[in-house]
Amino acid sequence: MDIIEYIQLVFTDYTLRTITLGTAVLGAVCGMLGSFAVLRKQSLLGDAISHAALPGIAIAFLITGSKDSNTLLIGALISGLIGTFWIRGIVTKTHLKSDTALGLILSLFFGFGMLLLTFIQKQPDANQAGLDKYLFGQAATLIESDVWMMAIVTGICLVVMLIFWKEFKILLFDADYTKTLGFNTKFIDILITSFIVLAIVLGLQTVGVVLMSAMLLAPAAAARQWTNSLAVMVFLAALFGAFAGVVGTAISASQNNLSTGPVIVLVASVFVVFSFIFSPSRGLLFKQIRFIRNRRDLQLHKTLAFMHHIAETHEDISHPHAIKLLNNFQGYTRSTLQKLVEKGYVKLNGGMWNLTKVGFDTAANLYTKQQTEDE
Amino acid sequence: MSNAQLEIQLIASVVAVACAIPGTFLVLRKMAMISDAISHSILPGIVIGFFITQDLNSPLLILLAALTGIITVVLVEYIQKTGLVKEDTAIGLVFPALFSIGVILIAKNANDVHLDIDAVLLGELAFAPFDRLIISGTDVGPKSLWVVGTILLITITLLIAFFKELKVSTFDKGLAASLGFSPAIIHYGLMSVSSVTTVGAFDAVGAILVVALMIAPAATAYLLTTDLKKMLALAIGFGIFSAILGYWVAHWLDASIAGSITTVLGLVFLLVYLFAPSKGIIAVTYREKQQRIEVSLLTFLLHLKNHDEEVERHVKHLNEHINWQKVRSKSVLDLAQKNNMIHIEDSIVSLTKKGDEFTSKAIEYIITNEDSQIEDMKDDFFLFRG
Repeated sequence: MDIIEYIQLVFTDYTLRTITLGTAVLGAVCGMLGSFAVLRKQSLLGDAISHAALPGIAIAFLITGSKDSNTLLIGALISGLIGTFWIRGIVTKTHLKSDTALGLILSLFFGFGMLLLTFIQKQPDANQAGLDKYLFGQAATLIESDVWMMAIVTGICLVVMLIFWKEFKILLFDADYTKTLGFNTKFIDILITSFIVLAIVLGLQTVGVVLMSAMLLAPAAAARQWTNSLAVMVFLAALFGAFAGVVGTAISASQNNLSTGPVIVLVASVFVVFSFIFSPSRGLLFKQIRFIRNRRDLQLHKTLAFMHHIAETHEDISHPHAIKLLNNFQGYTRSTLQKLVEKGYVKLNGGMWNLTKVGFDTAANLYTKQQTEDE
Repeated sequence: MSNAQLEIQLIASVVAVACAIPGTFLVLRKMAMISDAISHSILPGIVIGFFITQDLNSPLLILLAALTGIITVVLVEYIQKTGLVKEDTAIGLVFPALFSIGVILIAKNANDVHLDIDAVLLGELAFAPFDRLIISGTDVGPKSLWVVGTILLITITLLIAFFKELKVSTFDKGLAASLGFSPAIIHYGLMSVSSVTTVGAFDAVGAILVVALMIAPAATAYLLTTDLKKMLALAIGFGIFSAILGYWVAHWLDASIAGSITTVLGLVFLLVYLFAPSKGIIAVTYREKQQRIEVSLLTFLLHLKNHDEEVERHVKHLNEHINWQKVRSKSVLDLAQKNNMIHIEDSIVSLTKKGDEFTSKAIEYIITNEDSQIEDMKDDFFLFRG
């Protein structure tokens, strides 16, 4: 199946269209809210919440007996929120650190959820099949109403974010200052956290409990590398998220036995790796290039300074010296010498070199540049 | 109680102990989430190991999986070192990616492999006794008991041999380094033990619930004591208790054993979290309330000391001047009167001799901040005990 055929299929095939739209919307909303999670150093909160949502799903099923995804998601939302606030309670009231609190809530809630799920499975008359799709996610079970639900939530998120943009931003970067300005930081904090929980719960059906945290983090971590502006970062993260959703769906649809969730996560991870390496200002590649260039400059300067040192002792600054003299010197390589010649600082003559007038002056000014520029 | 039941409880207890020991150090070193990351990311190691050996209990598989665990730690540290993202983000990026690779590997080979993700993630303790280890024809017990038992034995040996090093490097990295213990070796040693334990235990309790067995007993114990040896002992105790009680809860509900062990762990933690003598929520809240009242009392006494004129010391004036709510001012007044620090005449409050002395001392303490000043005040007040 080639790409054009696939795109045609996306528009004509109901299931494929729903899934593609669903994962795209989900990726966008996760990227958007994930930016806040990453910048607030709450990256692992997503992992904890997604696990903590499991008992909520089971309890919602036990109470209502319905498998309607909206009912189950409300259960997940409630238990996710309980988990979040319990984590906060542990961190603020006891001396346990946040990593312990996260790990505790994550594993304890998940274990309790497993207990309930296995308990439900053993019930004789329960129509329980399909609950475990929330463990690993099954994008294929998405229906149009789910996508609508996601779209509506995304819309609400967007509106709230635009209204509270200033508050979110200032709380993110300077919480104490926000407090002194008289903002209700607790309210803003709870608002952001609740939306993060909401986004996670929405994604459970598609990518599942285990991989949800990556959906939240990966687009945001990738976007962070390309910009220092919050607005651009949120926008880029949403874009990356949506793109990961669409591409992931396409790859998993074109192969047999390939569940969508893991593929989306891997696509998003590829984005992250790409951003880590190729981002112009922060990326590893350009950082390395800058590093090498700086080192070469330093070598050039060192060689030049050394030459200047020798030339100083002679009356005629252009007095030729043997290249051999330089051999014991660290910064010297054949290529640095060549560079110096290109710049016109040095003249080569067989095995001898001599400084030019320009080279001598530059070398003399090398370490006192600041002063000459000031004068 | 049948033989199989006994064996299940034995396996669960051994797993709990094997997890509690590295767990205690992970909690103390603020690396609890690393255990979560390891427990997920060993999946590709297990899958690849399984493809090679076709046996879930082979030592090679355990080694491969432990290796993936260490790779996770190294990757997280590498990403963190680049400074591009924070440590928690690095953890959150690495393990889902590795886990996804594992899931896809399983899915692509689902037809010819007797391994599914549910089993790896969730485990099934109930089946553990059926997988026997047979040496030259004699049945010597369940295989997983031997696997986890061996791991436990190694862990305990390492713990006893390197207890001092572990302790120093956990609480004071700088001191450990200056004493000549390599922090890196201890760090990676602990990580290796955690990985091996996770792999050994996943078969019995599942990869995610290993995290519960590692963190929950240690965290619970940490709320009760600040002594490392006591903490280890308590963590092991909580682990075994939850393992055995959890088994019977599962038996009664006919549900997942691992799930119910975790639930019991959660309940134990909840109880301790609420009722721990000095660090539980109730104790902390009570102490904070006491401290608030004491600070109010001190403010109030200082106000009295600073004002000789009667107008300033009238009860009504005090109410509006210090601007407290009625209830609060009443409780402060009562406390002061009970301690004979003030006496009230015609609604005029004045300090007694004792109150005057107390206030002077308190001021002196606040100014100099020297502990010797308050030795004899400690009995009266919570505030100065901290």
